[in-house]
Amino acid sequence: MKHLLSPLDFSTEELDSLFHLADDIEREPGKYAHMCAGKKLATCFYEPSTRTRLSFETAMLNLGGNVIGFSDAASSSASKGESVADTTRVICCFADICAMRHPKEGAAYVAASRSSIPIINAGDGGHQHPTQTLTDLMTIHALKGRLGNFTIGLCGDLKFGRTVHSLINALVRYENVKFIFISPEELRVPDYIIEMLKEKEIPYEEVINLESCIPQLDLLYMTRVQRERFFNEEDYVRLKDFYILDRAKMALAKQDCLVLHPLPRVNEISVEVDEDERAVYFKQVQYGVYVRMALILTLLELV
Amino acid sequence: MLNVGKIEEGLVLDHIKAGKSMEIYRYLQLDKLDCTVAIIKNARSNKMKKKDIIKVECDINMLNLDILGYIDHNITVNIIQKGEIVEKMALHLPKEIKNVIHCHNPRCITSIEQELPHIFVLADEVKEIYRCKYCEEKYSKKASHDK
Repeated sequence: MKHLLSPLDFSTEELDSLFHLADDIEREPGKYAHMCAGKKLATCFYEPSTRTRLSFETAMLNLGGNVIGFSDAASSSASKGESVADTTRVICCFADICAMRHPKEGAAYVAASRSSIPIINAGDGGHQHPTQTLTDLMTIHALKGRLGNFTIGLCGDLKFGRTVHSLINALVRYENVKFIFISPEELRVPDYIIEMLKEKEIPYEEVINLESCIPQLDLLYMTRVQRERFFNEEDYVRLKDFYILDRAKMALAKQDCLVLHPLPRVNEISVEVDEDERAVYFKQVQYGVYVRMALILTLLELV
Repeated sequence: MLNVGKIEEGLVLDHIKAGKSMEIYRYLQLDKLDCTVAIIKNARSNKMKKKDIIKVECDINMLNLDILGYIDHNITVNIIQKGEIVEKMALHLPKEIKNVIHCHNPRCITSIEQELPHIFVLADEVKEIYRCKYCEEKYSKKASHDK
């Protein structure tokens, strides 16, 4: 039995199979519409996350399965002091697979170590959010046709953004990827990632200005500056609108440069960019459903 | 000088940094063993000026010696059989340590679930870096020595 706790739990070969399955689901959804009939997904969300939870639930419903669960800690036994380990043992009696989000880091690992059903980490604090990484990789795979041989710009909050860290760790396993990190000085990518890139001799640049590097990008991954990461409101206000991707900046980008964003977007991408065919962040949400469908089928060993 | 007799079977932990023997006594859970244990504090040493020594008369398989590698790999472990040293064990950093160091990351699941064991996994042997098995918080042994 396999769990998904970190994006690196799957080898690149396993990811290839997953993405090809997701491709097939996109092409022929009807073929998969009843594959999970009689199966139940438990969505155990100890903190609210509408998008991720709905994506998992949609994925299971698209496969003909059912969904049970809770969407915040207050409506679970955690409010009575039940441990993650005990809740997991109980859920195993009800469901066939479980997607868990928890504000504490390592919660999904605790669940997996006590579980008799596959556990999917749907986010554990600032630690891991592997299905977001699968979604990002799937979008690149589907729309670029390759995972490698490109220059990717990551822009915004590169210090606290766990989606960025996970994506970098996942992409270094592919050939010929160059990273351009675009951030204000205060939100630079952490040193341990820079050290890892140096060790693996993977090319990277750190820049502050988006306009100057946008022409060389094949992919631009925008992120939001998150208010909750700052202790000081003044710093947040100063940095939140540091980058705003607009039509003028998009005019400098390559004709096939795709713009991704894990969403929710605030001000960092102007709404006028939504009309641009290269803006694929809403398509990314759809690919998130396909890849979660493929993941559920894979972990339940139904394919 | 104080003399402590030879042991027939068991082990002698020599070259323990002076004053550290009680810490090792606790880590090895020697209080739970029903056998002879001698703790010698501040013994004279040519190499270290002062050192601690622990002698334990028991089957050596009863002790988890991995933890010694974590506490201090300079400790000499002498295995004794029939009153003689038959082996001097080399100590290495253990791959995993349980309930020896605690995770101080306030966002770690161990911060709210008290019954979970605190497990750290060796991530870099050269730099002596361990990471929490749950949240991957870094713990540098070298940095803790420097404090």
